Amino acid sequence: MAAFLLRRLLQSIVLLVIVSIIGFTVLNLIPGGPLAQYALDPGMTEADRLRIAAQMGLDRPLYVQYLEWASRMVQGDWGTSYRDGNPVTTVIARHVPATLLLMGSSTVIAVAVGTWIGIRGATHRNSASDYVATVGAMIALSIPTFWFGLIGIYVFSLRLGWLPSGNMYTIGDGSVLNVLHHLIMPSVVLALVHIAIWSRFMRSATLDAISQEFVKTARAKGVPERRVVMKHVVGNALLPMISLAGVQVPSLLTGALVTETVFSWPGMGRLFLDSLSYSDYPVVMGLLMFSAILTIVANFIADVAVALVDPRIRLA
Amino acid sequence: MMAQPVITPATAPEAAPEIALSVRGLTIALPKSMERRYAVEDVSFDLHRGQILCVVGESGSGKSVTANTLLGLLPKVMKTTAGSITLEGREVIGMGAEELRDLRGRIVSMIFQDPLSALNPLMTVGAQVDEAMASHGMGTAETRRTRTLELLAEVGLPDPKLMYHQYPFRLSGGQRQRVMIAMALALEPTILIADEPTTALDVTTQAQILKLIRDIQRRKGMSVMFITHDFGVVAEIADSVVVMEKGHVVETGPADQVLRSPRHEYTQRLIAAVPHLRSEDRPAPAGSAEAPLLEVRNLVKTYASGSALLRTRRVVPAVQDVSFQLARGSTLGIVGESGSGKSSLGRLLVRLMDVDSGQILFDGKDIAALPEAEFRSFRPKIQMIFQDPFASLNPRMTIGGILTVGPMAHGMKAAEARAQARDLLKLVGLDTGAFGRYPHEFSGGQRQRIGIARALMFRPRLLVADEAVSALDVSIQAQILELLERIQRETGVSMVFITHDLRVASQICDEIAVMHKGRIVEHGPPSQIFQTPRSDYTRELVAAIPGEDFQRAAPAMALN
Repeated sequence: MAAFLLRRLLQSIVLLVIVSIIGFTVLNLIPGGPLAQYALDPGMTEADRLRIAAQMGLDRPLYVQYLEWASRMVQGDWGTSYRDGNPVTTVIARHVPATLLLMGSSTVIAVAVGTWIGIRGATHRNSASDYVATVGAMIALSIPTFWFGLIGIYVFSLRLGWLPSGNMYTIGDGSVLNVLHHLIMPSVVLALVHIAIWSRFMRSATLDAISQEFVKTARAKGVPERRVVMKHVVGNALLPMISLAGVQVPSLLTGALVTETVFSWPGMGRLFLDSLSYSDYPVVMGLLMFSAILTIVANFIADVAVALVDPRIRLA
Repeated sequence: MMAQPVITPATAPEAAPEIALSVRGLTIALPKSMERRYAVEDVSFDLHRGQILCVVGESGSGKSVTANTLLGLLPKVMKTTAGSITLEGREVIGMGAEELRDLRGRIVSMIFQDPLSALNPLMTVGAQVDEAMASHGMGTAETRRTRTLELLAEVGLPDPKLMYHQYPFRLSGGQRQRVMIAMALALEPTILIADEPTTALDVTTQAQILKLIRDIQRRKGMSVMFITHDFGVVAEIADSVVVMEKGHVVETGPADQVLRSPRHEYTQRLIAAVPHLRSEDRPAPAGSAEAPLLEVRNLVKTYASGSALLRTRRVVPAVQDVSFQLARGSTLGIVGESGSGKSSLGRLLVRLMDVDSGQILFDGKDIAALPEAEFRSFRPKIQMIFQDPFASLNPRMTIGGILTVGPMAHGMKAAEARAQARDLLKLVGLDTGAFGRYPHEFSGGQRQRIGIARALMFRPRLLVADEAVSALDVSIQAQILELLERIQRETGVSMVFITHDLRVASQICDEIAVMHKGRIVEHGPPSQIFQTPRSDYTRELVAAIPGEDFQRAAPAMALN
């Protein structure tokens, strides 16, 4: 186990370095840049712009900029936002809770509903409900998230008036109930595609488990069918799903980006888009690194969880 | 053989009927797409109280389907269309799901072929035995625990307290099967159904499990339905026998009678096909006077896992200091149980794996340490035949493609390769029309013939056959062995024949090397191995062969 942890840690560090290099390079390849906003300013001369660039250190070769950014980053200094002068870590920290709330509630919905649909599909294979679930999953997978968001707003906010169309809370009312009310639509919309993915994988994992000999053994010793499914089949089917949960995190993050924009949800996704349009590179880089770390940590937790749950790995 | 149990079970009612299980006219339909309409048709037999009934047949005979029907465990696509099953006086066909569940484990228990996949990998051994009792609402957690420990001890597992908390992956195959038996005995059922329970086990383990089942059956006066394909096993334990072929019962009777004087032609063929121990040696092959084709000197291969840095390193010596010679045109059998290193040795010989040290002299040249580029020119001369005829052929290639792709990669002209492939298909007993067809269109035996043809495409000098007939039914097994023998006569190819089955080895080998824990513990002609074995381990192996007494009588019978 110790060897496994050590190896994973080293791999993660290498991965983060590669992600940061690619991110930094691509970001600086984009035409424009932080100083582009001054280009059309008639009161600004070329010399002024060069002086600002020198002040900000943007005149140095890219690799020098990268190395400086990286060495500060390692020490906990993620830079300063061009937009409002706050430290990047502060800016990100302000937006993280909203996104984690959205991602967390979405995940709970997706796992609960997807698992249930998957098990049902496998135990009632080729039944009407199985076909409905299959077609439903295909639809959810092929229609983009923002469309579901817009339809949701049209139906539930404009027509029925049941749910708010955006934001995290009504201004002046920050109660838990109010936030939950605002949370319903974004988290369901974000969950839809993941319910589809999760239910398909759960269905095939359940089918794999159900055809195993030990399921027959359980039946042969007179275990009630309900327990056969819940204990023997689902227990084994969930093993591969733990890894899937880890792999799903990036997809949740990108999904959150779209969902947050549609529902004006004040999370990292919104911050990312805003920072990009302002060419606020330090914040964009910070978000990139934060997402990468989140993904790596999630996958790491998933791997450890598999190892803990499966005695063949835990005790090997 | 027909002896009634010495002890009658205390739990059995006073006037227990003599027949524990009765099957009458059982007919089970297969889905329409299958080649046969019925999995079993009009099957009838009785299991007498306190007896062991063996149901014998080859794959596709319907013996497992019959067993599963008794417990209502058939897959949904199969439907019972006619017949009746009476279990302890109760009709099973048409019984409700809950009523059936109540029977399972309490009145009838079942054990299965593969003890690895038959146990839930995520539950401890103790929990799985406990569950059998808990499912029938028996006892409290405390009494069930005590009973589980008793059961684990009863089936001969060492240290039940420790065993209780073990997960199945930690146990050997034999131990797992003992756990299965403990589970099956938990509620003292009157009937035990055993579906090929020893087929996946080594021969010495098989002997122990057979003895355990027989002992328990005698002690508890249970009625056992034992499904097997092996007449050796039948001879060991059966009181009476049912022989099935393609879904029909072709013969029933007391074990003695069926074994000694089978009436049905299929039973006779089946018994004749059982490889019996042949302890006379084969005549020396023509090439035996020349220098050996293959000489192996002090071969060593060790598997290592874990990390040396963190001191979790585990070292498994797979092959230790193995040396032997193989004469031209002769066959050397490598015999051993699982984990003996016999398959590792085979893989070393064809260089699917690199050796740690030692020499492999092929025609006088050491190929053990040759770099892959230089060894490539030797590959055509050393070919392999694999165990699983289903997994070893690419399902998306035609037979013609499978046969010709290798030789063409080694520079054979396409036309020549095709012509040779057609010739070889004929040689191995297939129609040349097989050339354009796909592997799934062939049976297991036919696929193994294709595998042999593929190996022969290179005109090899040495064939390494790794358990080449182990996955086949006995009648097919006999045909493949005959084919290999004929090919050797006609082409003079030398063979290394790796098998766990001593009886098969005795049929085809000039010499036999017995492997145990990576070492060759005995090496000699069949006459020595089977009649005057020098090592204790060989003696143990030979003694464990099921149905030995019957085998000695068999040649005489086969002549009748």
